[in-house]
Amino acid sequence: MTVLDYVKSTAFYLLVIAIVLISVFPFYYAIITSFKSGTALFQVDYLPTSLDFENYIKVLSGRSFPLNVLNSIFIATTTVVFALFLAVTASYALARVHFRGRALLLMTILAVSMFPQIAVLAGLFELVRFLGIFNTPWAMILSYTIFTLPFTVWVLTTFMRELPMEIEEAAIVDGATPWVIVTQVFLPLMWPALVTTGLLAFIGAWNEFLFALTFTASETMRTVPVAIALLSGASEFETPWGTIMAASVLVTTPLVILVLIFQRKIVAGLTAGGVKG
Amino acid sequence: MAKSIEMDPKESERFSEGEISLQQQRVRAAVWFLAPMLIMLFCVAAWPLMRTIYFSFTNTSLTSLYTGEWIGFDNYLSYRKLSSGRILWRGTLVDPAWWNAVWNTVRFAVVSVSIETVLGLVVALVLNAEFRGRGIVRAAILIPWAIPTIVSAKMWGWMFNDQFGIVNDLLLKLGLIDHKIAWTANIDTAMMSVLIVDVWKTTPFMALLCLAGLQMIPRDIYEAAKVDGVHPVKVFFRITLPLVRPALMVAVIFRMLDALRIFDLVYVLTPNSAATKTMSVISRENLFDFDKFAYGSAQSTLLFAIIALFVSAYIWIGKVDLGGRGAGR
Repeated sequence: MTVLDYVKSTAFYLLVIAIVLISVFPFYYAIITSFKSGTALFQVDYLPTSLDFENYIKVLSGRSFPLNVLNSIFIATTTVVFALFLAVTASYALARVHFRGRALLLMTILAVSMFPQIAVLAGLFELVRFLGIFNTPWAMILSYTIFTLPFTVWVLTTFMRELPMEIEEAAIVDGATPWVIVTQVFLPLMWPALVTTGLLAFIGAWNEFLFALTFTASETMRTVPVAIALLSGASEFETPWGTIMAASVLVTTPLVILVLIFQRKIVAGLTAGGVKG
Repeated sequence: MAKSIEMDPKESERFSEGEISLQQQRVRAAVWFLAPMLIMLFCVAAWPLMRTIYFSFTNTSLTSLYTGEWIGFDNYLSYRKLSSGRILWRGTLVDPAWWNAVWNTVRFAVVSVSIETVLGLVVALVLNAEFRGRGIVRAAILIPWAIPTIVSAKMWGWMFNDQFGIVNDLLLKLGLIDHKIAWTANIDTAMMSVLIVDVWKTTPFMALLCLAGLQMIPRDIYEAAKVDGVHPVKVFFRITLPLVRPALMVAVIFRMLDALRIFDLVYVLTPNSAATKTMSVISRENLFDFDKFAYGSAQSTLLFAIIALFVSAYIWIGKVDLGGRGAGR
């Protein structure tokens, strides 16, 4: 290799290291901050200096954080299951049955996912109060469908389109009704897609902030993002950074692990709509 | 792509009047399959949107949602002639706070999407190359994307802290600044800090979309260019870029739409900062914090209109373009 090749190679690897460092450093810094307490917090350290679990104990034994986590899990799971159920049948109709206005319908559903959430906030607030579900998990479960449903329908429709015709034709010849085709023929084939779509929708519902902020009033009803955003200290001027970092790490680590395990599927799911679209 | 099952007309004529054709049976089932989903979407999307638009034409207040009276365009634009003869314009369309928010939003969207596209392309090109440790890099860049926005805002808020933040510490040590900067509070730097966090968080997403586009380019083209001795920079601009453009355009449009709607990051990282208030933030502020419910509804409707316009413009331009280039291909 020539000198120029060495220089190019080094520059490339420097770029790689920079990319990895920039991506990982903030989370790493949050972790080492979460293990500090008291005056150690006011010292800037680039490497871990203490392993104090005080912040974690504060968070886990705190007033409502564990409850907030449970709220988030319940809301996200219910929303996703509900959306997937509606989306599986809807995507069969949209992908495999030819009817007039199908393309327009697909476009409309995609358009719904482009709504700014704030535009429906006022109307949803009225609806939530009307149904009496304000400050309950159901307010979130209801309102989250505005983005989980179009997303799941769109991605599942894309997957359904790729399923082979022969299987469906064989099932029809055997006298299967569309319901049977969906539940017994296609559903088993769709498992990978359902897992990916479900996971992405779960992450979206987990991270949602605006609706959760607006439709909850008491601390025990909050979801995790709202709880972390509103974590306050003993006095108005004291921001409990250590506790905030501990809560953040607690909530983020499972997500990061999930995403790393399902890397390939997630990337495939994210790009399915974008590239093939 | 699998076609859907259709019967040709002559075959369906062979069914007697009592039997329904396969196609009709399938369409009927499709209607039942679609109905629940469509009803749900109507309830959570169409209906609330219509209600918001309706509220914007009334003087509804937060505490009594059902006693609003119709006041027409007053929330948007109205004028009153004072006894002194002066005309007083009111409404969100002449509200400087609103236009400040519009400017903040547009500025944020254009800058963030541009930076994210360029950086995303760079990262995608790196990932597209074959080198040891590629898997680690790909896993590493997923981390900013996986972290919830609120957590990112808090993490970076801590790093940007003016007293104890590591950013100030690092920059001071490197001699790039001479005093600690209040990144999220200072009017000059607030937007920059929001941009930095958003770019950090979203570049991985853009990178992945670009990478998918890049990986669809057949390797033979690169090999042919190598054989012909084409300079790598030229290869990028003449071969790679045109071929990745469709994927890039889709990524850009989706990001643009997201950027115009941004709320979470601005609300948590730089609360109450006039330098970063976006249209979503100011709308919510009016809706719930200031109890100007109808006014906030008007602003929400305007934001919706802007986004709808943007999408329509994109579709229209896309159609015109396709028509022009399609003839050439």
